[in-house]
Amino acid sequence: MTVAVEPPLKRRPQSWLRPVSLHGGWRSAIWFLLPALIGFVAFYLYPALRGVYISFTDWNLIANRGDWVGTDNYERLLDDRQVWESLKITFRYTVINIASQTVLAVAIAVLMDRLTKSVMIRGILLFPWLIPNVIVALLWVWMLDGNLGIVNEFLGWFGMEPVRFFTDTDKVIPTLAGINTWRHMGYTALLIFAGLQTIPKSLYEAAALDGATERQMFKDVTIPLLRPILALVLVITIVGSLQVFDTVFVATGGFGGQPGGPANASRVIYLYIYQNAFDFNQLGYAATVSVLLVVILLAITFLQLKLLRAGESDLA
Amino acid sequence: MRKTLWRLVAASIAVTLVAAACGGDDDDGGAVQQPADEPAAAAPEPAEAPAEAVTIEYWLWDGNQQPYYEQCATDFEAANPAIDVEIVQFGWGDYWTNVTAGFASGSGPDVFTDHLARYPEFVASGVLVPLNDFVARDGVDTGAYFPGLAELWVDNNGNRYGLPKDFDTIALVMNSDIIGEAGVTAADFAAAEWNPDDGGSFQQLIMQLSVDANGNRGDSADFDSGNVEVYGLGLEGNFGAFGQTTFSAFAGSTGFSFLDVNPFGDSANYDDPRLAATIDWFARMIDEGYAVPIEDVESLGGTTVFQNGSAAVMADGSWKIGTYLGADTPFPVEFAPVPVGPSGSRASMFNGLADSINVNSDHQEEAWQWVKHLASPACQDIIGEGAVVFPAIPSSADIAVASHEANGVDVSAFTVHVDEGTTFLFPITDSASQIEAIVGPAMQEILRGQADAADRLAQVAGDVNSILGS
Repeated sequence: MTVAVEPPLKRRPQSWLRPVSLHGGWRSAIWFLLPALIGFVAFYLYPALRGVYISFTDWNLIANRGDWVGTDNYERLLDDRQVWESLKITFRYTVINIASQTVLAVAIAVLMDRLTKSVMIRGILLFPWLIPNVIVALLWVWMLDGNLGIVNEFLGWFGMEPVRFFTDTDKVIPTLAGINTWRHMGYTALLIFAGLQTIPKSLYEAAALDGATERQMFKDVTIPLLRPILALVLVITIVGSLQVFDTVFVATGGFGGQPGGPANASRVIYLYIYQNAFDFNQLGYAATVSVLLVVILLAITFLQLKLLRAGESDLA
Repeated sequence: MRKTLWRLVAASIAVTLVAAACGGDDDDGGAVQQPADEPAAAAPEPAEAPAEAVTIEYWLWDGNQQPYYEQCATDFEAANPAIDVEIVQFGWGDYWTNVTAGFASGSGPDVFTDHLARYPEFVASGVLVPLNDFVARDGVDTGAYFPGLAELWVDNNGNRYGLPKDFDTIALVMNSDIIGEAGVTAADFAAAEWNPDDGGSFQQLIMQLSVDANGNRGDSADFDSGNVEVYGLGLEGNFGAFGQTTFSAFAGSTGFSFLDVNPFGDSANYDDPRLAATIDWFARMIDEGYAVPIEDVESLGGTTVFQNGSAAVMADGSWKIGTYLGADTPFPVEFAPVPVGPSGSRASMFNGLADSINVNSDHQEEAWQWVKHLASPACQDIIGEGAVVFPAIPSSADIAVASHEANGVDVSAFTVHVDEGTTFLFPITDSASQIEAIVGPAMQEILRGQADAADRLAQVAGDVNSILGS
């Protein structure tokens, strides 16, 4: 069916609209769309709009009521040093997380593509991604503990001082970024691996005939042709990374700490929103910060798609 | 096409409106619940005997106490066949999330264990039932509890929001193996005095108990503060705003108090030089290797560090007695009172829990009957026999002390504060969680040596007082 529809689509782009809508295709399609549409409206659109409304109120979560306060929350946002501090921490986390995760994922994907297509290995790679975030965080809290952790036990064998991964203000963000890199790189690698399958093998054969080395082929064939997939992967992972919450909440809250600690060194923007909503009972202001986050995410995504020309492929 | 698209838009608007209408229902429910005095005023009318048993849902967070409260519920149900009590337990962290979610959704428990740090916010949001009329109608004697406990639950408008169930105080827990090896006894700690300048005889004791990797003790010149095996002083956790189990007993013994007026003061004393001196003393002890670095306490908690044998002595609350006597602590422990401070006496924060009634409860009369039973000797004697916590009624608390004595455990280090009148009340404010978020990180900086105690706490005082004053 797609084969039949595609050629006219390219020549006369407007022609696909008329036959489909006139022949009642919409009427049957709507039934298939309806479940998803209801879900979208009830669980995304309505809460999002309500969130925007709440951002203009002084909503009290416990009493579940609030009064319209106009732009008070937005004015407070501009003066709130802690929002910008949280954003800085979030960006730092994202840069470390995305850089390490993407490099490792591309390396793993290329190695898989060149060396093995074993389903077993792909399964193992996905394994960390299948463990819930909270379990991952607890696992690493125990492994990385300064006193009792197995990692510091190993470091001790090499005569190294114990490292306080979660409780040193400078190390906590790189540590959290590293944990999520470990969790997500297998999944990201699989996405890229799938992208690699779209690159025609003939290009590599041609390059090899021209005497290109593996490194040149990677640089001049793989990377340029992988760009649309990479752009998509980057958009998804960056948006996900900017929304980090559970790992931070569990790992830094731990058993004796304060979520976002030590000394607020890991208070990412989501955690700040959570604190305002659920600890300080200021849901209105929490909604305002969330609106800011949505705007930032939209801007970043838009910019990224533009810069990476995600809609075009060099294959065409 | 245009027509179909229009239908689509119309459909989505319809769905949105339906969803909005559902949301509107919730709001209406909330609006009905708002006047907190209304249900309370209606409730004290004599209840008609319900045809079927009414189920009262009761929440608590301490799993160790659950079996004893189950026993209370069994007795209560036998005396009140028309009421069923269902007890639900959540861990401390989940507990408050669930309570908040319960209030927000207009459901939640009928009766729940309430905490002094939380209840003012609930009162401000109008979700607790004032008990005044119930108390007056049934002639409940609020003077039956340890002095001060019942009044903690009365707000500035004279409304009472809970009846006391238990109390807690602070004492030192000691690893008997470690102190025995150093030739130190519980009696030495009981006789110790402390001050924030040179730490007094208390500091001498914890120096003597600190041991480095080469076996040098903290009071020798060869002690290597960068390579410590056993710290003299453990820290139960993150200091936070009120340091209940960490600095509060020490700061309190200097004469420091958290608020200008407690409860419900409108100014906090975080810039008091006595507090700065106390926190500075802790920072020095950490720096010199006599106290566990705060970094090691934050991830797995001070209790784990203590149970691991890495700390000799640690301040902690009476609700943890069972933890230290239990199987998770692989060595014998003893308890000693916190040291006497510059004020000439010891000090302990005095905290008490109470049971409150949710304004969303459909069975407030039955809920009150259960609260009244929980606050009565009949139930508190059972809690005393369980000896997990100290009940709020003195005769029931005596049962708890006797129960510990029967097991060969001396808990007088905790009760000495009540006997000698050296308790100060847990600070009660409308904004405990915001104060926590301001003071907690500042304490973490000071204890890491990243900030000066006096400067940082002066800054904290400004931030805290701008919240309390607003």
